[in-house]
Amino acid sequence: MSDPSSINGGTAVAMVGKDCIAIASDMRLGSQSLGVSNNFEKIFNYDHVFFGLTGLASDVITVNENFRTKTNLYKMREERSIEPEKFANLVSSSLYERRFGPWFVGPIVAGLNSKTGKPFICGFDSIGCIDFAKDFVVSGTASDQLFGMCEALYEPNLEPEDLFECISQSLLNAADRDALSGWGAVVYIVTKDKVVKRYLKSRQD
Amino acid sequence: MDIILGIRLKESTLFATSKAFTRGISVLKATDDKTIDLNTHNMMAYTGESGDTTQFAEHIKANVQLFGLREGYDMESSEIASFVRNQLATSLRSRKPYQVQVLIGGANNEGEGFLSMIDYLGTRCDLPYAAHGYAAFYTMSLLDHHYKDDISLDDGLRLLKLCEEELTKRMPMDFKGLNVKIVDKEGIRTIDF
Repeated sequence: MSDPSSINGGTAVAMVGKDCIAIASDMRLGSQSLGVSNNFEKIFNYDHVFFGLTGLASDVITVNENFRTKTNLYKMREERSIEPEKFANLVSSSLYERRFGPWFVGPIVAGLNSKTGKPFICGFDSIGCIDFAKDFVVSGTASDQLFGMCEALYEPNLEPEDLFECISQSLLNAADRDALSGWGAVVYIVTKDKVVKRYLKSRQD
Repeated sequence: MDIILGIRLKESTLFATSKAFTRGISVLKATDDKTIDLNTHNMMAYTGESGDTTQFAEHIKANVQLFGLREGYDMESSEIASFVRNQLATSLRSRKPYQVQVLIGGANNEGEGFLSMIDYLGTRCDLPYAAHGYAAFYTMSLLDHHYKDDISLDDGLRLLKLCEEELTKRMPMDFKGLNVKIVDKEGIRTIDF
């Protein structure tokens, strides 16, 4: 009940397709059973790296601000944007810095490497252990449900539009089985030369 | 059991706070004001652990005032909200965190209303209407039903009246009425309610 990572609720998922990735989250922010906002997006991006953050809303905001600072400083120093693989290692070491007083977040990273065009996704626990995956990663209060949905619907090498359908149905149906998730959703489909952001209505109860 | 309500209107922001100051089972005062003016166009309503609340509110006010003096221009509502959130989020991981819930509201340079809700964890949310504590359970459904974008001051006050009636009916304690304040481009003023 007072578990920090399930006070506010919320969930996120990322998937790999053919030369593309998709990342999505719900939009609920709650306080236990009370819904507070249906406009709380949990996907952020630092140029071409996409970052999903679930867990304690306060830490979601703080951690996003921290990584915005870090990636901006990186960009000034290196005169180029950070790549997804490198960002994943930055996330891991930054989270482990707080090993004995962690940020209560479940981050996921997704993006295409700007040099090679290779899709990359990974997930983390709250202290920075990386979970490299070649298909999908899930996070948040509906992660159990998401595992089930993704396991059922996912297939390798989907085209962007099919991947959108796959990730949307997975998220929507998982969130509907979780009281702390839902209230709208946001989906990003990322290809080499285009990023498409779509809002999904979803059930409002 | 304190009541803290905020409604963002087209060109202003409304605040309503309960007048009862309670400690344990006693009402110690019936004319309490749970708000503080941060600068000419921004104010904050607060509730939480008594002691922490006033200490924190004065800390915020002092810093907002200091910024105005140093920089020669006033902080905007959203900037104040970011500052307050940062203070609470930092405090959360200290030896003794501030246990304070706040609503921050004001009118920006274009004369649009602004409302932000922040709890002691540092959870910030910018909303059209907001309430902290038990009052939220009784008022959110009313506000969901009646609130529309860009409503006038009169409609806002009517909506607040509905909330007050519901709270009087359902709250177990007499909260001694509401203190109502408005912030618009003219500044901050109290409204007879």
